[in-house]
Amino acid sequence: MVEPILDIRNLSISFSTRAVEIPAVMDFSCQVMPGEAMGLVGESGCGKSTVALAILRDLARIGRITSGSIHFNGRDMAKLSEHELRQIRGSEIAMVYQEPMASLNPTMKIGRQLTEVLFIHEMVTKEQAYARALDMVKAVKLPDPERIMGSYPHQLSGGQQQRIVIAMALLAKPKLLILDEPTTALDVTVEAGIVELVKELGKKFGTSMLFISHNLGLILETCDRVTVMYSGEAVESGPIRDVFGSVRHPYTQGLFRSMPLLGTNRNSRPLIPIPGQLPLPHERPKGCHFGPRCSHFVDGVCNVSAVAMRSIDEAHTHHSRCMRVSEIDWHAPPEAATQTGAAGAGPELLNVKGLKKYYKAAASELFGGREARTVKAVEEVSFTAREAETLAIVGESGCGKSTLAKVLLGLETATEGTARYDETEIQSDPIERRDTKLISSIQMIFQNPFDTLNPSYSVGSQIIRTLERFGIGASREERSEMMLNLLDLVKLPRAFATRMPRQLSGGQKQRIGVARAFAGHPRMIIADEPMSALDVSVQAAITELLTTIQRQSRTTMVLISHDLSLVRYMADRIIVMYLGHIVEQGTAEQIFAPPYHPYTEALLSAIPLADSAAKKRKIVLEGEIPSALSPPSGCPFQTRCHMKSKVSGSLCEQVVPPMRELKDGHAMKCHLPIEILDQMTPVIS
Amino acid sequence: MLAFFLRRLGVMAMTMLCLTFVVFYLVNLEPNLRKLAISQTEMHASDEHIESWLTRNGYRRSFLERYAAWIGIWPKKPNIDPETSKQVSRFTYCEEPSVVVYAGVIEGDFGCSTKFKTKVADKLLPALRATGLLMFWVMVTMVPVALFLGILSGMREGSKLDRSISVISIATTSTPEYVSGVVLTIIFGTWLGWLNGSAASATGDGITFYNFTLPVITPAIYGMGYIARMTRASMVEVMTAQYIRTARLKGLGFYAVVLKHALRNALIAPFTVIMLQFPWLLTGVVIVEVMFRYQGFGLALVEAAGNNDIDLMLSCSLVSVLLVLVTQLISDVGYAFLNPRIRVQ
Repeated sequence: MVEPILDIRNLSISFSTRAVEIPAVMDFSCQVMPGEAMGLVGESGCGKSTVALAILRDLARIGRITSGSIHFNGRDMAKLSEHELRQIRGSEIAMVYQEPMASLNPTMKIGRQLTEVLFIHEMVTKEQAYARALDMVKAVKLPDPERIMGSYPHQLSGGQQQRIVIAMALLAKPKLLILDEPTTALDVTVEAGIVELVKELGKKFGTSMLFISHNLGLILETCDRVTVMYSGEAVESGPIRDVFGSVRHPYTQGLFRSMPLLGTNRNSRPLIPIPGQLPLPHERPKGCHFGPRCSHFVDGVCNVSAVAMRSIDEAHTHHSRCMRVSEIDWHAPPEAATQTGAAGAGPELLNVKGLKKYYKAAASELFGGREARTVKAVEEVSFTAREAETLAIVGESGCGKSTLAKVLLGLETATEGTARYDETEIQSDPIERRDTKLISSIQMIFQNPFDTLNPSYSVGSQIIRTLERFGIGASREERSEMMLNLLDLVKLPRAFATRMPRQLSGGQKQRIGVARAFAGHPRMIIADEPMSALDVSVQAAITELLTTIQRQSRTTMVLISHDLSLVRYMADRIIVMYLGHIVEQGTAEQIFAPPYHPYTEALLSAIPLADSAAKKRKIVLEGEIPSALSPPSGCPFQTRCHMKSKVSGSLCEQVVPPMRELKDGHAMKCHLPIEILDQMTPVIS
Repeated sequence: MLAFFLRRLGVMAMTMLCLTFVVFYLVNLEPNLRKLAISQTEMHASDEHIESWLTRNGYRRSFLERYAAWIGIWPKKPNIDPETSKQVSRFTYCEEPSVVVYAGVIEGDFGCSTKFKTKVADKLLPALRATGLLMFWVMVTMVPVALFLGILSGMREGSKLDRSISVISIATTSTPEYVSGVVLTIIFGTWLGWLNGSAASATGDGITFYNFTLPVITPAIYGMGYIARMTRASMVEVMTAQYIRTARLKGLGFYAVVLKHALRNALIAPFTVIMLQFPWLLTGVVIVEVMFRYQGFGLALVEAAGNNDIDLMLSCSLVSVLLVLVTQLISDVGYAFLNPRIRVQ
C-alpha cells in the first residue's frame, strides 16, 4: 500500500490567551497521497489556515498542538529539530498565500527572491540558480521572464505576483504544496488562469497539494478529495465525486443549498441560508457543533457527547461526523423552497445617456514633472433602470463599475452625458448640493460591513442618526420606534439596538447596513459588492433579505458585482463592463445564453461551478487587463480576445465597435459577424 | 530626476525667502533698533540722538529696501554723516563700502556682529565648523548604536532583550541633556578624572578624546533612545508582515530572515527620523556648547540673542533654515532610494 505524503491524525490545536485556552482545531485527521490534491473547505474561523500553518510548524507563539500528530513523508513533524524543520520548509513543503502582494518582499527584486530558495536548499552556483529560476518563471507562463526577474513586486499585477509566488513554491520541487486561498484576492478571469496553471504544474511535477478555499466550485475543479471543516472540526471528507454527489453531513448540504447555482434565479430556486451563526470558539455547544443550526437536530442524540468521524461507505473513503447519518433522508427536497412569481417592473426611474467620467491622473507625487494623463474610467455609458427592477453591473476590477455608482450617488460628477433620475438630471450634482430628499431616495449598501459602521456608537443610535439626517419622524420616540421596525425588517432582534458594532458578526453588520440604507424609503439602492466580504452561508441570508425587502418596497436596485452566480440569481437585467465600456447588455436570460460577447463568454467560463453535473467549455484569457491610463486602440477587449482572428482585417485594432442591438434590447459592442454569433454554443451545459 | 531636483531647489529658495522675511521683520522691530542705537551711542542718549543715529546708519530706509539690500538684490548705499558729509561705518570695528554696491547675503556679506565686534562671516564660519565637527561625531556614535539597539529589540517583540533595551532607551530619552551632562561630568570628570568636563581647549588645541568625549556623548545618548524606539516600532511591524512569513517558510533561519528581509524594510521609517535629527542637533547643541564652553554655533546663537546682535541672529536663522531644507531634500531622495515602490518608473 502507498504511504501517504501527509498524514494528520487526531490533531488538536489550542491558542492560549491570558484568560482561557481556546481550542482552534479539534480531532482533525486527513491524509494526502502522493500526487493527490486534497481540498480543505470551510468558512472563515473554521480553523483551516491554522491546520496549514501547523503542518509547517509555524503557529503563533500562543498556539500549541495539544494532541495528535502530523507525519510528513513518514517523519513526525513535532520531533524535528529547528534545523531539520528549516530543511523541509521551502524544499519539501512549500506554501502559496492568499495575498500575493503582501507575501513578496517589497524591497527585493523578484530574481533574488526566487534564487534565494535554491541557495538555501541546494548547492548551486549563481548562474545555475538564475537559469533555474528563469525556467520556472517561464513555466508559470509569465511574459518577458528576464524583465520580470529584474522587477520589484509592485511593478507586477496581482495575477503576475501570484504566479511568482507559485514559481517560488515550486522551485525546489516540493513534495507537498499548500495553497491557502490562492485566488481569493484575484479577479475571476485571472483566477481561472491561476487554477489552470496550478492543476497543470501539479501534474507536471507530481506534487501533492493541500488546497484551502472557501469556494466549493474551486475545490471541485482542482481536487481529488475534499475535507469539509466546521467550527474547528472536519465534518465530512471523501472523494470529490462522493461528497459533491451524495452529501452526508447537514452542514455540507447547507453550504450547497445556500449557494446560487447558475441557471437558477431568485424566483425559481430561492436560496436556503443556514440559520444562526458560527459559534464562538469558547462557546461551542456540547456534542455536535453544528447541532443548534441543524434542521435534523434531535435532542438527546446530537447534544450528548462529542461526535466521532465515522466511515459511511464500504470502501471506507467517505466519512461524516453526524450521529444521524443513516436516519436522515438525504434526497428530501428542502422545506423552505417556495417559489415566488417575478415582481413586475414599473416605469422607468433612471436613464443614463452617453455618460463619461474622465480623471486627470496626477503624475507621480515625488518625481513627477511629466504632464498629467487622462484616465477614462467610464466611457460612453447608456442604460435605463425601472422601478422594482434589479440591474446588475458586472466586470472585473478597474472596469469602471464603482465609478459609475459614485456618479449616481453624487460622490463624483460626470465629465459628459446625462443621468436622469425621475425627471431630474443628477449627473453634475455633487452630494453636497443634493437635497435630503434626493439623498435619502438614492442609497448605498457598501462592500465591507466591517468599516462602514462607526465603532464608537451603538447600532440603534446610528440608525436613528440616519433618520434624523433625512428628516424622518417628528420626535425622538417616533424615530426610536422606526429604528426598531427597521431592525425587524432586517430580521435582527430588537435588543441589538443597544449593541456596539464590535459585538456583531459580519453578516449582522451587513444587516445594519441594509437597515440604514432602507431607513429613508429609498427608490433606488446601489449595492456595491454587498456579499463579497461575507461567508457563503451568510451571503445567502443577506441575498434573501435584500430580495424580500426589495420585492416589498418595489425599490430599484443597481447591483455591482464580479460574482456572476450571484448576478444570475438576483438580476433582471445585466450590464457587462470592460475598461469603462459597456460591452454587452440585456436581460439575465439573454446574457447567460448564446450569442455572447467574447468577454462575457470568458467570464462565464471562469466561474468555478460547484455542480458536479455541469459541464463547461474552457476559455482562459491570455494576458492582463490593460491599464485605464493607456487603453488599447480600437476595441477595448482586443488585446485579450480569443475570437479576434474571426474578424477580418485589423478592424478590432482600429475601430471601437458600435453598440449593436441584436434583439429585444440585447446589445453588444463587437465586430464579430452575425453568422459567427449565431453559431455560438452555451458555455455551461 | 533632474526636473525633480530643480523643482525642489525652487521650493527651497521660496521657503527661505518667506522665512527670512519673517525673521528679518522680527529682529528689526522698533524696540530692537532703539536698543541697538542706545548701545552704540551712550547709555543716556536723548531721543533725537538715537533717531539721528538710526537715520544716519540707514535703519530708517523703507523696510523692503533694507530687506532687499540684506539679501543682496538691491544696492546698499553708503552711510553719510550729515555733519561732515563723509562716509562712516555703522560700527567702528567693521569696514563698510564707501560706494553704492550690492553687498548682501548672496554676495557673501553677512553684516557685522556687535557682540563679537567683527564681521559675521569671520565669527560664524569657524563656529559652524566647530559645531559641524561635534555633530559629525554625535551622529557617528548615535545612529549605528541606535539602529542596532532598535533592531535587536524589535526583532523579537516582548522578549527579555526587547524589554531591557526599551527600558534603557526610554530612560535616556527622558533624561534631558542638562541633566545627563551634569551627571556624566560628575562621574567621568570629577570622580574618575578620565574625561575633561570642559571643551574650551578644543577650540584652540584641537579635539582630543579627553576634551571631546563628554560633549559628544551627552546629546548622543539623548537622541539614541529616540531613534532606537522608532526603529524598534518599525521593526516590530515588519516582523509581522506576510513576506517575513514567506521568508521563514522558505526555510531561512531567523537571523537570515532579519538581515536579508526585515532590515531594509525596517530602516525606511527611521531614516526620516534620523534626517530630522540634524536640525534638532544644530539647535540642540546650544545646551551642550554652553555647558562645556565649546565655541560653536550654539554658543554664538545664545550670545547673539542675548545681546541683540541683529546681523548675527539673521545669519544664524539663515543657516538653520538652510540645514532643515537640505536635510529634508536628502531625506526624500534617500527615502525613494530605500523604498523602490516610490521610485521613478
